[in-house]
Amino acid sequence: MDDVGSVVAFWMLSVMTLGAAVMVVAVRNLIYAVLFLILSFIGVAGLYLTLSADFVAIAQVLIYAGAVSVLILFAVLLTPRAARDNAETFLQVPGLVLATLVAVTIGAIALVTDWNEATRGAFPETAGAIGEALLDKYVLPFEIASVILLAAMIGAIVLVRED
Amino acid sequence: MSVELGHYLMVGAILFSIGLYVALAKRNAVGILMGIELMFNAVNLTLISFSRFVSPPTDVSGHVFVVFVITVAAAEAALALALAVVVYRNRETIDIDRINLMRW
Repeated sequence: MDDVGSVVAFWMLSVMTLGAAVMVVAVRNLIYAVLFLILSFIGVAGLYLTLSADFVAIAQVLIYAGAVSVLILFAVLLTPRAARDNAETFLQVPGLVLATLVAVTIGAIALVTDWNEATRGAFPETAGAIGEALLDKYVLPFEIASVILLAAMIGAIVLVRED
Repeated sequence: MSVELGHYLMVGAILFSIGLYVALAKRNAVGILMGIELMFNAVNLTLISFSRFVSPPTDVSGHVFVVFVITVAAAEAALALALAVVVYRNRETIDIDRINLMRW
């Protein structure tokens, strides 16, 4: 990807995604943290678009920025007397050290390894190919996924139901 | 100047470690779940970048895998948040420092 538009889009979306993720850590109100999380999800969807993954980008906006973040907001609002200060436990310093080590390790591996990159262009469009793959090669995982969703739906209803 | 596979992998690594820190260090159970979602996003971004830069042009297996990960993540989020609401009903808090029933 050499054209100026993709490069500018990549850097802007990366800064937006990572900056919003840092704000999830830094901001001192849980509601604002959820809003920054949504911004981070939308940034990731934009990065998918720069990778020419149109179907996954739309799924990301629908499911993460739409459904999951609304679920998280519901959970925050259904726990009104819980602490909303987005504070840390005693694991703050060990967690920071461990996260830095993980970032350095994965980053070093990503840069050192020869990934055997193929020089090729972008996908023309992916929705049709994904649909064919889902109903042809991956039809069994597709059916199992529907069972998982049904089980999760029934489980959530049974857990939260008041009786 | 161009954007290569390594750039996307670095963004994924940094996003994953931010999510790891959130999941480890936040006190609110919903905050921990937010960290887990950030880690899911980092992994999905890495999968899509490998699908774009490494696998052959007609192969969309990486995309299909990401679709399945998103499905399982949505189911997991619904169940985890239901659990948080149930814990709140029983104990009036979702502060993980105060959910210490099984501590010896």
